[in-house]
Amino acid sequence: MSAHHDDHHHAPDGHGRALRLGVGGPVGSGKTALVAALCRVLGPSTRLGVVTNDIYTTEDADFLRAAGVLDGERILAVETGCCPHTAIRDDIAANLDAVETLEHRFGPLDLVIVESGGDNLTATFSRGLADRQIFVLDVSGGDKVPRKGGPGVTTADLLVVNKTDLAPMVGADLGVMARDAAAVRGDRPVLFTSIRREPEVAKVAAWVSVQLRAWSERPVSAG
Amino acid sequence: MHPALLLLTDSRLPAGGHAHSGGAEQAVASGAVHDLPSLSAFLRGRLHTSGRVATAFAAACCAACGAARAAPDAPPGTPPWTGLDAEADARTASPAQRAASRIQGRLLLRVARRVWPAPALDSLALAVPDPHHPVALGAAAHAAGASPGDAALAAAYHAVTGPATAAARLLGLDPVEVHRLLADLAPDLKELASLVSGPETAWAELSAHSAPALDLLAERHARAAVRLFVS
Repeated sequence: MSAHHDDHHHAPDGHGRALRLGVGGPVGSGKTALVAALCRVLGPSTRLGVVTNDIYTTEDADFLRAAGVLDGERILAVETGCCPHTAIRDDIAANLDAVETLEHRFGPLDLVIVESGGDNLTATFSRGLADRQIFVLDVSGGDKVPRKGGPGVTTADLLVVNKTDLAPMVGADLGVMARDAAAVRGDRPVLFTSIRREPEVAKVAAWVSVQLRAWSERPVSAG
Repeated sequence: MHPALLLLTDSRLPAGGHAHSGGAEQAVASGAVHDLPSLSAFLRGRLHTSGRVATAFAAACCAACGAARAAPDAPPGTPPWTGLDAEADARTASPAQRAASRIQGRLLLRVARRVWPAPALDSLALAVPDPHHPVALGAAAHAAGASPGDAALAAAYHAVTGPATAAARLLGLDPVEVHRLLADLAPDLKELASLVSGPETAWAELSAHSAPALDLLAERHARAAVRLFVS
């Protein structure tokens, strides 16, 4: 340990740093596939970093590295001690540390995506960790899920309903899901995707691009 | 006891502690901890070895902040953070345990600097950005207005509560019984905190207890293919 290191803790107001985008949702809904798709689509024009929160091992980080969508060193994995929702909502310290490590190592960055561990409908990101958040559902969990609500469904900045290609097989009514989601979300957007069929996730990528533009153009507060 | 100590020892303090088991996950995986009596023995052993070292360093670092503030001619950058941190490092044989301690120290320091801003915390972050956890805890306790004895008590408590909670989650133990084990350790916590020496104590005399089994568990955990906790 040599004396006098750089002190790179960011100010809490977020100026001078990347947009932090949380991607949450239940196990198997397609969070990692969405993150991989966003990296593929936005990567060429965006300086990116990714933090994954795994329940076991570093499965999601390994998947993203193997997919080759991003330089492997720009992907950090956080372990969550049996509590994936704690690590993104109540005790965000390890995730903040990972985000800041990426920004310090590779910065300046435009976007850091934080993918949560698969959890339940109550899991949301702290606003101290994520500036924007996407909640990912899939139709095979049943078309009643949007009606059941929960903070992820009701408060996420974007709700993505994935695996629409499976809707006929599981008897899910996309119209019902859209109507129920609108009822609990007000004006907040909902996008239906089939990442397997449409890997470029154009609509979601466009939404993220709008958020990135708004983030980079937001007014700087005095002081 | 200073009221700030309640915040510093609360498991809800957002300083990353919830993801560390202090060797308990590997102790469970190996079968060494499998029920309440074996957990009790594990906690007692941990408290009186690595816990005792943590207690001594938290108190020494808290006292060092006070001493540095009392000296009007002290140069900027004091207390002697790199020396104290190196002493803690020398007492932590396992590289995996060093890493776990430094991660938790860095995260605690981040929280403390926002909650209790203080020059001593800034100087620690500049000298040692990822200090050992007891070093950060001692500095944070001082910044919060607590005494070295308080810092020692917090360190002793931290040494057993994280592993106890982890074991309860991993084994599905009755949480009330696990809390009874922790309550049974109260006299030990008090005794450890009372052993804390004054700021004039030479660093070489600070506790240097070791627990080779904990070192081995930490190393095995770092190499485990499947794990829930960071350490």
